Amino acid sequence: MPEGGKKGGRSRYTTVSIPVTLYNRIKKLIEGTGFANVSQFVTYVLREVVVEYERAREAEEPFTEEEKEKIIEKLRRLGYI
Amino acid sequence: MVSRPHGGRLVNRVAKGRRRDALLEEAKELHSIEVTKNTASDIHNIAYGAYSPLQGFLLREDYEHVLYDMRLSDDTPWTIPIVLDVRKDEIQGVKEGDDVALTHEGQILAVMKVEEIYEWDKKEFARHVFKTEDPNHPGVARTYARKELLIGGPIDLLNPLKHPFDRYALTPLETRVLFKEKGWRTIVAFQTRNVPHLGHEYVQKAALTFVDGLLVHPLVGWKKPGDFKDEVIVAAYEALIKHYYPKDSVVFSVLWMQMRYAGPREAIHHAIVRKNFGCTHFIVGRDHAGVGNYYGPYEAWDLFNEFPDLGITPLFIRESFYCKKCGGMVNAKICPHSDEFRVRISGTKLRKMIRNKEKPPEYMMRPEVAEVVLSFDNPFVT
Repeated sequence: MPEGGKKGGRSRYTTVSIPVTLYNRIKKLIEGTGFANVSQFVTYVLREVVVEYERAREAEEPFTEEEKEKIIEKLRRLGYI
Repeated sequence: MVSRPHGGRLVNRVAKGRRRDALLEEAKELHSIEVTKNTASDIHNIAYGAYSPLQGFLLREDYEHVLYDMRLSDDTPWTIPIVLDVRKDEIQGVKEGDDVALTHEGQILAVMKVEEIYEWDKKEFARHVFKTEDPNHPGVARTYARKELLIGGPIDLLNPLKHPFDRYALTPLETRVLFKEKGWRTIVAFQTRNVPHLGHEYVQKAALTFVDGLLVHPLVGWKKPGDFKDEVIVAAYEALIKHYYPKDSVVFSVLWMQMRYAGPREAIHHAIVRKNFGCTHFIVGRDHAGVGNYYGPYEAWDLFNEFPDLGITPLFIRESFYCKKCGGMVNAKICPHSDEFRVRISGTKLRKMIRNKEKPPEYMMRPEVAEVVLSFDNPFVT
C-alpha cells in the first residue's frame, strides 16, 4: 500500500528502492531536461512501461459474436459497410 | 489492432431486457432529479463507454485527483471532471446510498446510486480546468452557473434519448466493430467543432497518409454563440467527403458531447474519448479546444508530453496555409517560401465572409462545402 505524504496535488507517494548507481545515472541524464528530479523521471518511465503491459494483458475484443452480428447489421443499414 | 479501451475495459451501463424493466419500474417510485441536455449527453457517454472507465459521475476522491493531478484515483489519466451538480432542495431527503431517478424533460432517463454528496469550489474548478477564473471565458461562465452540490455514483441508462443525428450516431462498440470489419488496425481521429476549410482537409489527409483509416468525429451539442450550428457542420462534411475523400478510408460519425473550451485539458479528454472509440491516433492542431487568448497556440502539445500512458498517439500537426509558390496547402516545416506567398486561413475571416454571404475563395474552402454552408439562413449558434 502506498505510504507517505503528499507532494502537491492529491497523489500519495511511497518509496521504491533502486540501486544508487542507477539513481546517479538518471540524475545525470535528466540534467537540463524538463524533469525536476529522479522520482519524476522514474514515474514517467514506469507509466510508459506499465501501460504496455496492461495493453498486452487485455487484448481481447470487448464484444461477443452475437453483439458483433447485430452491430454489423446496423452498420450495413446505415451504409457504413 | 485498435486501441484498448481506456482503463482496460469498455464500460456498458445501458440496462437491457428484464433488468431494464425492473429498474424502470423501481425508478417510478424513486426521488427524481431533472438533468440538463448536457448532463444527458454525459450520461449517454458514460453508459455507452465513451467515457470508459467511468461508471458514473465522479466521487470526491476521483474529482480531486482529476482536478489537481489530471488522473483518476487509480492513476488512469483523466483531465476533465465529469460531475453532476444539484441544488440542495433538489435532493432534500436523499441520503448517500440511495438510488435516484435522473429525468430529462420529465421522462426517466437513468437511475443513479448516490454514493456521495459533496461540496465543490467552482473557482478552484475553473482555475485548474480552464486555467482562469475569468467569467468571460465561456466554460468558466457555465461553471459558475452550475448548482452548489455534486453527487457522485454509478448510473444505469434506461431510456436513451433520440440522438440529434441518428444517421451518424455510432457508439464505441459500433466503431470498434466497424474498424475490424474494414480491416483497419490504425485509425486517426479528427475532432472538430467547425465546418471544414482546406486547412482541416490538409491535416486530415496528411494524417491519413500514415494510417489505415480516418474517423472524422465532430462534436454535436452545446457550443458558444458564434460557433457553427451542428447541422451546418454535418452538412458541410457530407459535401466534403462526398466530393473529396476516398470512401474506403474515411468514417464520418458525430459525437454528442458539449464543448467546454478547456484548451489543453480538453485536448487530452478528446483524445481519451476517441481512444474508447478504438482510435489509435489523434490529431492535435493549433489551439485545440481553445477560445480567445486563454491558451498558447501549442500549449496542448506540451500537456500530451505529461501522459506517457495515454494509450493513444497524438499527431501534432502544424498550422497549414496556402502557399502561392508551392501551389497548395503546406505548413511551415515543408514550405521554404516567405510570408508574401503564404495565405493563412483565418477562422474569424472565414466566418465573417460567410456571415456576409460571400463565397470564400477556393484556396480557403471547397466550393461544394461553401455552397452548403451558405445555403443556411444563419449557420451560426445564437
